[in-house]
Amino acid sequence: MTTNNPLMPLMATIVETVRETANIKTFRVRLDDEAAMRDFTFLPGQVGQLSLFGVGESTFVINSSPTRMDYLQFSILKTGEVTAALHRLKTGDRIGVRAPLGNWFPVELLKGKDILFVGGGIGMAPLRTLLIYMLDNRNDFGKITLLYGGRSPGDMAFQEDLKEWAARQDMDMVLTIDNPADGWAHEVGLIPNVLKEMKPTPENCIAVTCGPPIMIKFTVMALQELGFPDESIITTLERRMKCGVGLCGRCNIGGKYVCVDGPVFSWAELKDLPQEL
Amino acid sequence: MDTIFIQRTDIGRWLDRLAEERTVFAPTRRDGAVVYRPYRTGFVLELDAMPTTSPKEIVFPQNETLLTYSRAGNASGGAPKVEARETLPEQKAVIFGARPCGVNGLGVFDQVFDNDKTRDAYYTARRKDTRIITFACDRPRSTCFCTNVGGGPGDAAGSDVMLYPLGDGFVAEAVTTGGKAMLSLATGAPAGDREVAAKALVETAREAMPEPLELARIRENFDKCFNDMEFWEEQSGKCLSCGACAYLCPSCHCFNITDEGTESEGKRLRSWDNCMSYTFTAEASGHNPRAAKAMRLRNRVGHKFVYFPETHEGEVACRGCGRCIVSCPSSVDIRQIAKAIQEYCDDDK
Ligand SMILES: Cc1cc2nc3c(=O)[nH]c(=O)nc-3n(C[C@H](O)[C@H](O)[C@H](O)COP(=O)(O)OP(=O)(O)OC[C@H]3O[C@@H](n4cnc5c(N)ncnc54)[C@H](O)[C@@H]3O)c2cc1C
Ligand code: SF4
Ligand code: SF4
Ligand code: FES
Repeated sequence: MTTNNPLMPLMATIVETVRETANIKTFRVRLDDEAAMRDFTFLPGQVGQLSLFGVGESTFVINSSPTRMDYLQFSILKTGEVTAALHRLKTGDRIGVRAPLGNWFPVELLKGKDILFVGGGIGMAPLRTLLIYMLDNRNDFGKITLLYGGRSPGDMAFQEDLKEWAARQDMDMVLTIDNPADGWAHEVGLIPNVLKEMKPTPENCIAVTCGPPIMIKFTVMALQELGFPDESIITTLERRMKCGVGLCGRCNIGGKYVCVDGPVFSWAELKDLPQEL
Repeated sequence: MDTIFIQRTDIGRWLDRLAEERTVFAPTRRDGAVVYRPYRTGFVLELDAMPTTSPKEIVFPQNETLLTYSRAGNASGGAPKVEARETLPEQKAVIFGARPCGVNGLGVFDQVFDNDKTRDAYYTARRKDTRIITFACDRPRSTCFCTNVGGGPGDAAGSDVMLYPLGDGFVAEAVTTGGKAMLSLATGAPAGDREVAAKALVETAREAMPEPLELARIRENFDKCFNDMEFWEEQSGKCLSCGACAYLCPSCHCFNITDEGTESEGKRLRSWDNCMSYTFTAEASGHNPRAAKAMRLRNRVGHKFVYFPETHEGEVACRGCGRCIVSCPSSVDIRQIAKAIQEYCDDDK
């Protein structure tokens, strides 16, 4: 952050938009201050607060990778007032950005390990940044597997990435949707069930998951059933956030704040917190 | 002189002089409540009753502007020009007539809003030039329990001047150099023996305070009762989720951020918020991690007695001022809840 006022956004310009699904749109933005853009650093998992002045501010993960700094990418699911207003923006529009906020995936700890990604819906966004980071540093990591699920074929975001990942020899990818659909050549079934059928081996493997709270809950249960210890399960959490910097008191789980101590947590950490997910 | 005796009748003159340089916020009565308002000549001071509100509103106003914005159309048809301007406050203030519990509450603010990791620019702008003149308490209310949570009716921590009531005036003691400068503007006489007499009154008040809570046991038992929803439903049964407790609390600091204005111009505001309301944690997806009232009250009490101490070397965030007890429309009593946690025993559950 280049300002000493953590609540003051920097201005940024939307340089490109991508329509992902009927209700998910991706925005690529650059900070207007070229020096700030050049000096901007972050790690996979960190988030930003995007402002549309007159409407409000909301939290989104920076889902581009620090290995590709042409722009910062945010993918936004339309769910309420701010997100609906953001969806109306076009290339050239200006927004406010407060970033990077929060903690990140423990990339150093993940080195040398097999990585199993399990993403549901818009929960694929935080995984995307880490996955690209790993593919750009491919030799640092073992086997990389992605299980990604959406409600229907039309709900699968990041189509460009999925094509690229499907073609790669150095990772495995399994896609699933909830119910059968015409022309769907992949798995059908809820993520935790497909995961159990995949039978990933927990040895030297870290599972990284994100999705709606209910999906996270059942995915973690499935991983535990498969023998993954709690230390080897990493997830990112959502909360209704406002300040993003540990001031407004909104996002706590016990003594931890999702905005500064998270959003990335291992299941071992979460298990010890008050059960209030 | 560091300690003098000021007659009640001379207080107004002192405040007039202080007000020449700083905005003096002093307690006065409005519609039955005792609140802090900017002092002007002719102002009716309320020197005896415990203020209903707390001094936090002076450094952390109920509502403040964080920034202003404007969006101007572009005649050539390009993207509109958008600007956001920071609006940092400037304030030189004196809080006159704070109580030790209220000043203690600011101690919580200082730790949350001004630490190595985060500095709230708005809060610190007001706080850095705010001086505090505190009234020690010789007659605590029946709802006071500051001594249970590390404070006391004569606790001078955080104050620049302490005023100890005695008869028709106050023994005034400068605690800091800023306090000494303020005291030099007052008309007073040497305190002499009156200092001992006034402090003895406050000490008597201290001794009359209720039995201490067992804070360590509360912390330990909180974990045990956390998932006992029956227990929390019982504790929160009467609660209306109105949030009065949080708004009046000297240490509650939660806020919301909202924009107000049109597309072409307006401002971003921060306003007090409270964790007792359903919308505080409602997520856009419809999921709410603290959907039930019982969970929200559990969070408020947990934050005061368990979560804050966990991250701040055991220090409790409740300052024992009793404001939430006095003003709760349905008589929820945080002392009773703390006590119930302390006595909680899950052996027979
Ligand atoms: C760490 C983190 C990362 C995230 N990453 C992403 C991401 O990459 N992509 C993404 O799409 N989303 C992400 N989110 C979720 C995103 O922040 C929310 O979807 C977004 O804030 C919704 O904003 P909104 O303004 O559209 O909703 P709002 O309209 O503000 O609604 C928010 C919630 O408040 C409630 N509400 C609002 N006003 C009222 C009222 N007056 N009365 C009662 N209830 C009310 C709504 O019911 C809803 O539950 C992330 C969240 C977090 C915490
Ligand atoms: S003041 Fe009383 S009724 Fe209102 S939210 Fe607090 S405890 Fe509940
Ligand atoms: S919780 Fe109640 S008693 Fe404790 S400091 Fe806040 S208002 Fe005072
Ligand atoms: S979002 Fe404000 S404390 Fe976390």
